[in-house]
Amino acid sequence: MSTATIHPGKVGHEPAPSGDNYLNHGRSFASWALTLDHKRIALLYLVGVMSAYGLGGFFALMLRTELFTAAPTLMSDPARAWDFYNQMFTLHGAVMVFMFIIPAIPAILGNFALPLMLGAKDVAFPRLNLASFYCWVGGGCFFVIVLLKGILNALFPALASFWGAGGLETGWTFYTPYSTTTTNSAVVEATFGAFILGFSSILTGLNFIATLHMLRPKGMTWFRMPLFLWALYATSVIQILATPVLAITLLLLIAERTLKIGIFDSSLGGDPVLYQHFFWFYSHPAVYIMILPAMGVVSELVSTFSRRHIFGYKFIAMSSLAIAFVGFLVWGHHLFVSGQSPLANSIFSFLTFLVAVPSAIKTFNWVSTLYKGDIHLHTPMVYALIMIFLFTIGGLTGLFLGSISLDIHLTDTYFVIAHFHYVMMGSTLFAFLGGLYYWWPKITGKMYNERFGSTAAIIAFLGMNLTFFPQFIMGSQGMPRRYATYPDQFTIYHQLSTVGAYIMGFGMFLVLLNLISSLRNGRPAPKNPWGSNSLEWQAATPPPHDNFPVTPEAGDPYDYSQWDYVSPEVGYVKSDRPPAPYESH
Amino acid sequence: MIPTLAQLGKRTWMPDSASTFGPDIDFLFYFIYWISAAAFILIIAAMIYLVLRYRHRPGAPERPPGAAPAAHSTTLELTWSIVPSIAMAFMFWYGFRGFVDMNTPPDYAMEVQVTGIKWAWTFTYPNGASSPDLHVPKDRAVKLILSSQDVIHSIFVPAFRMKKDVVPGRYNIIWVKADADAPVRSDGQNYFDLYCTEYCGTNHSNMRSRVFVHDSTSFTKWLDEAANWIKDAKPVDAGKRLYNEKGCAQCHSTDEGKVIVGPSFKNNYGHIHDMRDGSKVTVDENYIRESILVPGAKVRAGFENVMPSFQGRLKDIEITAIIEWLKSQSDKGPKPLDEFPNLDAKPGESKPGDAKPAEAADASAPSNAPSNVEKH
Repeated sequence: MSTATIHPGKVGHEPAPSGDNYLNHGRSFASWALTLDHKRIALLYLVGVMSAYGLGGFFALMLRTELFTAAPTLMSDPARAWDFYNQMFTLHGAVMVFMFIIPAIPAILGNFALPLMLGAKDVAFPRLNLASFYCWVGGGCFFVIVLLKGILNALFPALASFWGAGGLETGWTFYTPYSTTTTNSAVVEATFGAFILGFSSILTGLNFIATLHMLRPKGMTWFRMPLFLWALYATSVIQILATPVLAITLLLLIAERTLKIGIFDSSLGGDPVLYQHFFWFYSHPAVYIMILPAMGVVSELVSTFSRRHIFGYKFIAMSSLAIAFVGFLVWGHHLFVSGQSPLANSIFSFLTFLVAVPSAIKTFNWVSTLYKGDIHLHTPMVYALIMIFLFTIGGLTGLFLGSISLDIHLTDTYFVIAHFHYVMMGSTLFAFLGGLYYWWPKITGKMYNERFGSTAAIIAFLGMNLTFFPQFIMGSQGMPRRYATYPDQFTIYHQLSTVGAYIMGFGMFLVLLNLISSLRNGRPAPKNPWGSNSLEWQAATPPPHDNFPVTPEAGDPYDYSQWDYVSPEVGYVKSDRPPAPYESH
Repeated sequence: MIPTLAQLGKRTWMPDSASTFGPDIDFLFYFIYWISAAAFILIIAAMIYLVLRYRHRPGAPERPPGAAPAAHSTTLELTWSIVPSIAMAFMFWYGFRGFVDMNTPPDYAMEVQVTGIKWAWTFTYPNGASSPDLHVPKDRAVKLILSSQDVIHSIFVPAFRMKKDVVPGRYNIIWVKADADAPVRSDGQNYFDLYCTEYCGTNHSNMRSRVFVHDSTSFTKWLDEAANWIKDAKPVDAGKRLYNEKGCAQCHSTDEGKVIVGPSFKNNYGHIHDMRDGSKVTVDENYIRESILVPGAKVRAGFENVMPSFQGRLKDIEITAIIEWLKSQSDKGPKPLDEFPNLDAKPGESKPGDAKPAEAADASAPSNAPSNVEKH
């Protein structure tokens, strides 16, 4: 390995020698559908996962539209309207959780960036990577079947006697014995879909762990790994340890529903609360599958756009592992009112507060990173700041829910809905979009329109707050969740929330427009438009099929001292100055 | 300071408390609320200040290389780990303490059995009285023993800060002591709202009820009336009241052809209906009784088998009353008493107790339904 490869970025916008990049490397359908290239798989995921997001968003708007008035809004007949609403909130939750937010950052941004950040040619197991995508597609197909059956049954009721009930109205949590006894839902198809989607998640996690262990380049010790990779590592550990529990739980549920084996249904000798333990043993850690990668993205963005070293590197890295570990021990806080023993309630409450500490550490470190920075408010940075804002609200409102006596009042109300939307949607979605904008030039080779991008972000941010902040208020006043109708005193909050949802929907539409128009109208992206020192920016733009002709050597990913800004067209260029003396942070 | 600040938030946040748990939980709410507000303002103000202060101005030179500020400080890290931890330790302890109280019913508490069923509540009192609404005496501990007949429900009274899942196959227990009168509502009555907060199907959002708070005299009076009213009521009137109280109305309308979940009760009795298995059934007393106790035995075509059994939840006298009321909703039901020619009595001697022979004499009405049912 020659030292020249450490500084491959002398010229900013420099196509790979042959003009070959991963986008034009093979143009046949099969070269995409059967690709083993992590970058193409990331793009396949991007299209699939964003379609799921669009679908889940449509369900959300249906929900908010129904809730605009307490009377049936979308249909005249109450029972049909309530059934429709129950379908919508279930499908919204199931699609958003299983098909969008769990794969969003790891499978799209992680798949694209992780090997590049390691200076590697691909992930450790490219075939497994493709298999993970097709597990996602397979699981998604079951969800589509559930949805189509629901629609067709509604149009032609006679079909129900032919292939059984369609749609899903159990809630995304599939609580027993409702889910094992309802005759109104395609429960088996939906749970089997979630079961398969779980394998997609497991395979991605497995792949990332192997890749991070085996393929780190020269110079990249564990503590010189970009924080996004630390976050993905912690996420992957959760994915491979927790997801199998969900798989087992869902299989038990299917067994109970089809074979009438008594596991969860008390009328068959089972215990409904056991299901909740099993379910949350996965689904609480899954919350960290959703948020940890978002925290990793924000760590990258805050440091890069402040043009200074991330503050408290080791604390951020270790807090990811701490969250992953403690995250396994707090599932019982979903069961405070279930009849779980008081001792268990108390222990779970205590452990829940422990998770708050590493989350707080990250937030403080991000804000400290701004100090004496040289802050560039590009669109990804706007998203990162929005994420910090929303995550602070989401995190702090978790304190209300961690306190047992107060949780008893607040649980199963809109307070909880607002809390987890601030975390899941506010933090994860906005960090995901920030990351997407950040890596967009590398992914597509095009720059997007900055002013348009920031405006869309701010509109979505305002819509987000208008949607969910009123939900804290009505939740504390007692508005129960999963209600298709409500007492009059909550009308004003619901209407604000509905208006907010449409504003947010409009913001998301602008985001889509901005990104798509960049493909046509965007100027060519330089190799390193942001001046980041992590390795993906040293690959050509867009990267060639096998990423790097020679494996680059890694330095401190947050040392920006060698990168000089030239012009918008050329971006940042690496100088010959020696790097800043490395100190262990 | 905290209570004063709490007054500020009162209109917006937690509802007025009406139980002894309220002040404690509200204190914790506002304690966390103001700590969070302070932390939020601090973090966001710092963020905004730093962004404005260190913003890169267009055209300005990039950061001179090598002028990087410190990238870590163990002192700072420990400070912002430990200080929040202290506040959180207090939150945990306070919430834990409050929870222990909520979980320990006093042994002098009056017991009320609470039954959840899709989609209605039944509250049963020690003297046998039962009601779809919760009635509690003021300033007296009431222990609620919760059970479900079908799926998981959850009982929630925001004004009492009280919630617990109602789980099939086990008894969950909560207690409450109301210490305030309920406000006047738009219908002129005084009550608090009670919600089901665990999703339980189609009509989950209407599985709501009311909580009445009585002083001890009116509570005793209410208990007595609730236990005995049915003995003094006409069966058809009792049936109408039971229709509303026992949850029938959640699924069965009284408008012709209007389906909520199950078939309408209007013009149901006496008519011939198609069943799901292809058979035809004339709705008579025994069919109605069977449908109440074993709902899946004969299900009407076009409907799902979703009704829960009322076995053990309705007494015979109540079933009879409901059947009588269903009959009164049908054009094939018995005619009102004053429309019968009184065959036995001489003119001017009609007595209400003589209704049954008169009913039997009418060819279109089935004979002697109530006594027939009583045999089961």
